[in-house]
Amino acid sequence: MKGTITTLLGPSGSGKTTLLRILAGLENPTRGTIFYGNRMITNGERNILRQNATMVFQKSVFFDATVYNNVAYGLKLKEDLSKEEISNKVKEALALVRLEEFEKRRAEKLSGGEQQRVSLARALVLDRQLLLLDEPTVNIDPKNVSIIEETIQRVNRERKTTIVLATHNMFQAEALSQNVALILEGTVKQTGTKQEIFGKSNKYLTSFARLENVFSGVSEISDDYTSIIHVDDKLSIEAAFNSAGEISVHVRPEDILVSTRPLQSSARNVFKGRIIGITDIGPIVRLTVDAGKKFGVQITKKSLNEMSINVGSEVYLTFKASAVNLI
Amino acid sequence: MTGPIIDGIIKAFQLLFSLDPEVYSIVLRSLYISGLAVVMATLWSLPIAAILGLKNFRGKRFLRGSFNAFIGFPTVVLGLLLFLLFSRSGPLGSFGLLFTPLMISIGQAILITPILVSFITSAVEAIDLSLRDLARTLGSTEIQASIAILREASGGVILAILAAFNRAFAELGVAMMVGGNIYGRTRLLTTAIALETNRGDIPFSIALGVILLAIVYTLNITINYLRRR
Repeated sequence: MKGTITTLLGPSGSGKTTLLRILAGLENPTRGTIFYGNRMITNGERNILRQNATMVFQKSVFFDATVYNNVAYGLKLKEDLSKEEISNKVKEALALVRLEEFEKRRAEKLSGGEQQRVSLARALVLDRQLLLLDEPTVNIDPKNVSIIEETIQRVNRERKTTIVLATHNMFQAEALSQNVALILEGTVKQTGTKQEIFGKSNKYLTSFARLENVFSGVSEISDDYTSIIHVDDKLSIEAAFNSAGEISVHVRPEDILVSTRPLQSSARNVFKGRIIGITDIGPIVRLTVDAGKKFGVQITKKSLNEMSINVGSEVYLTFKASAVNLI
Repeated sequence: MTGPIIDGIIKAFQLLFSLDPEVYSIVLRSLYISGLAVVMATLWSLPIAAILGLKNFRGKRFLRGSFNAFIGFPTVVLGLLLFLLFSRSGPLGSFGLLFTPLMISIGQAILITPILVSFITSAVEAIDLSLRDLARTLGSTEIQASIAILREASGGVILAILAAFNRAFAELGVAMMVGGNIYGRTRLLTTAIALETNRGDIPFSIALGVILLAIVYTLNITINYLRRR
């Protein structure tokens, strides 16, 4: 993976950040082994990782200081650098993220996107072999996103920096990386080149594109030759395929019907839940419904108004067994 | 009844504005001794507070609670303890420190350690802990990362130091019991006021009292101003 960009692709809460923090030498793994190059890293040797890697956190944090002093922090820790060398390197790093004029500004007064660019410059200035980026473009505007993405690619191309980038955004993974690791519920489900991951069957694509309504559990074949997936004690999903054992499935948000009363229908899966979140995205509204597990559902704004439901309302979710896809 | 007080106040201001050498030597000595106490206490309180604020270990809550409780430690009791320890027949008597300016500084340093530790620990705990991870991932050792956090908490550290100085400067018990109030050597603002009042030199006491109040008041205004920022 040396010299490449690898993305860790998975929904929030899947363990991407934890994996990055372990790679950065900030945490010890609870089990498993870390290899850096060919070298096995034991828990006592986290310093090796800290010396060779640096991490940019999802949420920017700053020392209460100027942009210049924030970026210079890591360089000042090295005793062998003169003031002038430090200044040159800081200027170079700020130029990379196109913030040349920002040296004297207070870092915490900048916009979210600018802050993330300063964070990136602060990591780049150290010129480490391994750069770890945790959702570097989440919650920032498109202009800043493109500057950050360009910088990431440029650094990888020109300095041959190995980059591991955590994202829940499939398009970003496809645009930036050569290798992809799909992560779900704390486990790497699949690794491969970008072509291997995005090129085939598209079942992976479907599930990870939406990054919600992915459920794992033990499946058993029913008398009707469908699969019953036991997600937990209360939630079992019926699927129109037969596959037993430990599996993960995905239901597209647009395949789920929402109603205020139980529906008489042929659909095999009906769950009662409560709306815990509503996100407005134009004519379409995304609902998050807690029905033992969290479901993401899409309905039109018109239906939302007609059903007069809101956060806290009790609703029924209905979907067919054939809408359940095996991952 | 009001005669002597008004006379005293008038004489006090005469002493103040005539730059009376005795008054000012006492003021300077008080500032120096309490200043030294704050320097010593800060040197050992900073690492203690950094550990209490950043590390987790058994007994941490108990330790924090103890430092908190000792903020209000009675100065005369501390003075008595130190007197017994450092008196000629006491276990530390061989140092010959009793009734020296350094002894007062040491006593005051012990007195204000709980204030410094408690306040600085709170300041450290208020700093976003992800800054420590940031420092680490940028190449800090554990000690450098702790220093980075203390620097971020510098506002709270300054506040703690001011409050500690305030307490040391205004206390009487330790200075009286281990300093001995020796003229020209260990006589401080507080001990001089106590003595001169007993001796009936009210104007002198009032003059010193006005100075003590002015300094303490200025300090407190500064503390309040900093706290609001």
